[in-house]
Amino acid sequence: MAKKKADAPAGSTAGATDPSTRAELLRSMLLQRRFEERCAEAYALGRIGGFCHLYIGQEACGTGVISMLRPDDYVITTYRDHGQALARGITPRAVMAELFGRSDGCVRGKGGSMHLFDRATNFLGGHGIVGGHVPIGTGVGFAIKYRGGDQACACFMGESVVNTGAFHEALNMAGLWKLPVVYIIENNRYGMGTALERASAIHDIYQRGAAYDMPRGVVDGQDVLAVRQAMGEALHRARTESMPTLLEVRTYRFMGHSMSDAVSGTYRSKQELEEYMQRDPINVLRQHMESLGEIDDARMAAMDDEVRAVVQDAWDFAEASPEPALESLYEDVLVETTT
Amino acid sequence: MPIITYRDALNQALREEMQRDDRVFLMGEEVAVYQGAYKVSKGLLQEFGEMRVVDTPITELGFAGVGVGAAMVGLRPVIEFMTWNFALLAIDQVVNAAAKMLYMSGGQYPMPMVFRGPNGAALQLSAQHSQAWESWLAHIPGLKVVSPGTPYDAKGLLKAAIRDDNPVVFFEGEMMYNHKGEVPDGEYIVPIGKADLKREGAHCTLVTYGKSVPLALQVADTMAKDGIELDVLDLRTIRPLDTEALATSVRKTNRVVVLEEGWEFCGVGAQIVDYCQRDCFDDLDAPVVRVHQADVPMPYAKNIEKAAKPDLAKTVAAVRKVMYLD
Repeated sequence: MAKKKADAPAGSTAGATDPSTRAELLRSMLLQRRFEERCAEAYALGRIGGFCHLYIGQEACGTGVISMLRPDDYVITTYRDHGQALARGITPRAVMAELFGRSDGCVRGKGGSMHLFDRATNFLGGHGIVGGHVPIGTGVGFAIKYRGGDQACACFMGESVVNTGAFHEALNMAGLWKLPVVYIIENNRYGMGTALERASAIHDIYQRGAAYDMPRGVVDGQDVLAVRQAMGEALHRARTESMPTLLEVRTYRFMGHSMSDAVSGTYRSKQELEEYMQRDPINVLRQHMESLGEIDDARMAAMDDEVRAVVQDAWDFAEASPEPALESLYEDVLVETTT
Repeated sequence: MPIITYRDALNQALREEMQRDDRVFLMGEEVAVYQGAYKVSKGLLQEFGEMRVVDTPITELGFAGVGVGAAMVGLRPVIEFMTWNFALLAIDQVVNAAAKMLYMSGGQYPMPMVFRGPNGAALQLSAQHSQAWESWLAHIPGLKVVSPGTPYDAKGLLKAAIRDDNPVVFFEGEMMYNHKGEVPDGEYIVPIGKADLKREGAHCTLVTYGKSVPLALQVADTMAKDGIELDVLDLRTIRPLDTEALATSVRKTNRVVVLEEGWEFCGVGAQIVDYCQRDCFDDLDAPVVRVHQADVPMPYAKNIEKAAKPDLAKTVAAVRKVMYLD
């Protein structure tokens, strides 16, 4: 995949899957899809407020990357964080309760859609300032190297991040200091309504890694197995050589930028959208599994029923969860500390 | 008691805390090989090695974010800005990341880290290098903001800041680094959030902090010759503000002057005035008077730079005004 220093090393087959792993990947992506569909409904009903950025169409990116991580690795990401949070193992209940602004939410109703965090799964947050979290991911890599050990940090971002100064500063230090971070660009083609070609001077954006002497590559982001393979190689470099990787994952956003935004219109045509939707990441895996005889319509329907029930349970849980206590307003501003 | 510089007091604090806790590291421009742009980190690279005393590229936003990430996963970074003027490039990390992480994460991610460096004007560095940022940072919930005015307080407060589990913004001063004072041998901490009455007097309270403390003491000496005795209240910490110490002094003297380096509009002094009118309205015998920088970008030429800064004469005049002596 990568153009430099990325000849497939031993261990690069780590992304290979068996039937049960493929079934888990399919279920994970389907869960994210059904969850996000219900989020759209909840938003329309006013159950979810603020900004709400859905992951529909991009499920293979987070699922493929996160499925390769160990529990002691770290994940940091953007405000489009629901799918990755679920893939990392935050419960649908805790995520939905957070979106509903309830006290059982994964951050107690303090963050909402854009700021999901979970210490138990090393999920270091959804962050709301484009580019702002990329140096933080570099800092996690610095801490891993500082302490020793072979953990890694997966730092997700959208393709529009590559035009920020923060991206440049963060990747330069990671390249300079050889930090075990995998920077995953989920290239969904649009920064809100601005196409990549209207925002970046180069269009093969993984090539920006050249500026930081960083191994880099591009992968089909609608194919979860391909994402796993690429992530496996990047993780191997991170764990064994403490080397960062810049991995561009080419995908497409099937929804508007957020629930407040048009799905298509002035910035992209309906025709383009429909063409990309032909390569739905869930169908890509499903067809592969069908060709291997691992799934049929009946099993797919059963899986769909199961995840729909999980999402309904999350909705019911969120709705029953109390609003945050008013006194929580002043909690978590500072921690009690002793010197 | 040994008399050392403010610079060496900070150096002692860093050395002692790095010896005490191997999660503490220092990161910034020129902190290691060059031994510090102002030599605050002199000798630390040799003692602690390059993993704990880390030279960065000129990349304030980047390395401030590295500190945030390291703090999230258990280290205790001390991030040095060569000056706070350069830290404006990093303000997203201080304000949007460090200050909010605990709250946004519902209490899951404390941020035990220090952002430190010189603040305010030095001499003839003109507009972009001569700015006092404490009112900006003190505006932000989730940060503690500290500004020591003596070597003793510099050492004790930096040690407290490094041990604090919250993000602490620590303001020093280029003109302070050679300032000398008594610093005892051995361990001590100056608690964050406690003001210090640097001098006692019955006639008027002069509230200040940081680099203005030596000037305030000079003002008190000068006015004592005319029989006017000042309470010089050194806030030491701007956020959280020690309102109790403020009220105690105001209730004694009934008159207040606030001396600060920064601009008037929305300045720290405005907050002090607000506390005085809210908590001590019936104790005030005169409106509070403020001394501050002229409301202009800092000029270069010596004479107009001097005219822009607070000084002895302006502060004496302010005290005389609040005491209705003129």
